[in-house]
Amino acid sequence: MAEPRHRLMEYLRSEIMPHRFCEGCGCGTVLNAFVNAVEGLGLEPTRMVCVSGIGCSSWIPSPYFKSDTLHTTHGRPIAFATGVKIMRPDLTVVVIAGDGDVAGIGGNHLIHAARRNIDLSVFMVNNMIYGMTGGQAAPTTPRGVKTTTTPYRNVEPAFRAADLVVAAGASYVARWTTYHVFPLMESMQNAMRKKGFGFIEIISQCPENYGRRIGLRTGPDFLRQFKEQSIRIEKTAGMSEEELRDRIVIGRLCDRDQPEYVSQLHQIKQEQVAAVAQEVAG
Amino acid sequence: MALDANQTRYLSRLEGKTYFLLGDEACAYGAMFAGCDFFAGYPITPASEIAEMIAEELPKSGGICVQMEDELASIAAIIGAAWTGARTMTATSGPGFSLMQENIGYAIMTETPCVIVNVQRSGPSTGQATKPAQGDVLQARWGTHGDHNIIALAPNSVQECLDLMLDCFDLADNYRTPVIMLMDGAIGHIRERVTMPQLATITHASRKMAAPGEDVFGGSDLVPGMIHYGAGQNIHVTGSTHLANGMRDVATPKVHDVLIKRIYAKIDKNRERIVRTELDVAQNSVARVGVLSYGATARPAYGAVKRARGEGKPIDFLRLITIWPFARQQVAEFAENFDTLLVPEMNLGQISREIERFVDCRVVSVPKIGGIPHTVGEILHAIREVA
Repeated sequence: MAEPRHRLMEYLRSEIMPHRFCEGCGCGTVLNAFVNAVEGLGLEPTRMVCVSGIGCSSWIPSPYFKSDTLHTTHGRPIAFATGVKIMRPDLTVVVIAGDGDVAGIGGNHLIHAARRNIDLSVFMVNNMIYGMTGGQAAPTTPRGVKTTTTPYRNVEPAFRAADLVVAAGASYVARWTTYHVFPLMESMQNAMRKKGFGFIEIISQCPENYGRRIGLRTGPDFLRQFKEQSIRIEKTAGMSEEELRDRIVIGRLCDRDQPEYVSQLHQIKQEQVAAVAQEVAG
Repeated sequence: MALDANQTRYLSRLEGKTYFLLGDEACAYGAMFAGCDFFAGYPITPASEIAEMIAEELPKSGGICVQMEDELASIAAIIGAAWTGARTMTATSGPGFSLMQENIGYAIMTETPCVIVNVQRSGPSTGQATKPAQGDVLQARWGTHGDHNIIALAPNSVQECLDLMLDCFDLADNYRTPVIMLMDGAIGHIRERVTMPQLATITHASRKMAAPGEDVFGGSDLVPGMIHYGAGQNIHVTGSTHLANGMRDVATPKVHDVLIKRIYAKIDKNRERIVRTELDVAQNSVARVGVLSYGATARPAYGAVKRARGEGKPIDFLRLITIWPFARQQVAEFAENFDTLLVPEMNLGQISREIERFVDCRVVSVPKIGGIPHTVGEILHAIREVA
């Protein structure tokens, strides 16, 4: 008798399963949400290009998601994806990478892609640590936390990447956690459908290289905390910075229609090609 | 890849015409005659005129030019775009070329055809930003980490800035590799007559394509065929060590050994097909002294050789058009009967060390830095010291 096969396995490179994520890692949940979002939208993976960088969450699309994939250098997936999208605007181009990649070493590309409002979807998996390299402090690590490179305590405040992307000019920005699987799925669909730069900050867990240093030993420990810490953006009106300091503000941070970058580039190209054609004909 | 209708229509207005252009501008036109579809860059002296010319002209031929936030992003974008089937390029100078090194390695490892123009300026660091140099010759060869090979060409006239761009794009496609157009600030910023090619006389290499299901990163040939994004083949491209099918395998020594040696060999074993030099030997007598140069320096070097011949000294001259892979055999044959080989270059002696590995005669470096190219007199003086 053939083994029962999950309906979503056709979206995955099943030949290389089982996956390599640690027990309790949030990456599996993000992959699950992503594949469900793709199926729900009716997107053909053959009409998608998934781009990732270096870090655990960059493995979500590469190698696991079965589409054209571009596994780039550390920090640069958005810049690589920009070239892909410009030359193939008909394909859905998605970046899935970590906080170190997207908000740390590659932060400049994030700001400028949001400012240009290029039609990419960027799903930044924020586990608040450099997990793959063994638990070093990230730009997203909360103040006060001891990591391998902040052995006394981290003195830097955590980067609020989603707020940065709103300010930089993206069309669609949201923040969710791995506890909020269904809203995350729906949000991913909104981002991929949106004509313009879509960004979701997904607060995720790394029990292995972060949790064990802050007393959250398992995936469920994290999920319970995410549930307690989270507050819907609609409920934050009138709350002070101090009141929100240890909270995770979740929900849709912005959703606006603005001119999109790639379509404008192609518009200029068409105008110029037409002008040459007219000149040659005339 | 053959020119499309938009490119042909645009270029038909230019073909055969003669203009008075900067080397940088000729480079931009060369890219368009080569069928460039996509340019991404970041402003830098003395390469900005390439981006400016391309920004104005490329959309007219149906291509797209973008300015990115830095050079890291510029080369990343052209690599991404190359996987959609586009002919892509960027242009920069020393500081930007330094920033690009990691992704040049990525393009080598993923066998991505693309062209990187480096209009060399005086360094290190900001150096003399507006002054020419040839200080990036070894960086072009070894700038990115790990074992690898590279192709680099050096034009010595504005006409060649145009002509060699066609070669750069063809070499990139033929060998599925990044190709460096190693200009220098002197060539980029002089203005000379340039004749645009006739469309009927130029050819374009076709990028070898793999059949659906075939391996894209290995197989029986040194250069595997490509499959572009959007073809429904779920192509997996990674800078990690990978199998012939593109899937990551960083643990098996043999996988790395086979991959890296093949990527190295595809240029090494085709050295004689790739390498181009220009030889000018003294008439009527056997020279015991030779001069070897390249790029802008080859101009005063050749001038000095002609002056020395006028003084009755038989001097042979060789110009490297291809800098990398190194013209080992041509240089060894050139220097076979020499006592001394003079090597003027706008650095402290980068290519002269490479030459020492392949010739038996004495190699004398004639270095010059500071931002002013050698004069004929300076090189003639060096010749008189040995001949």
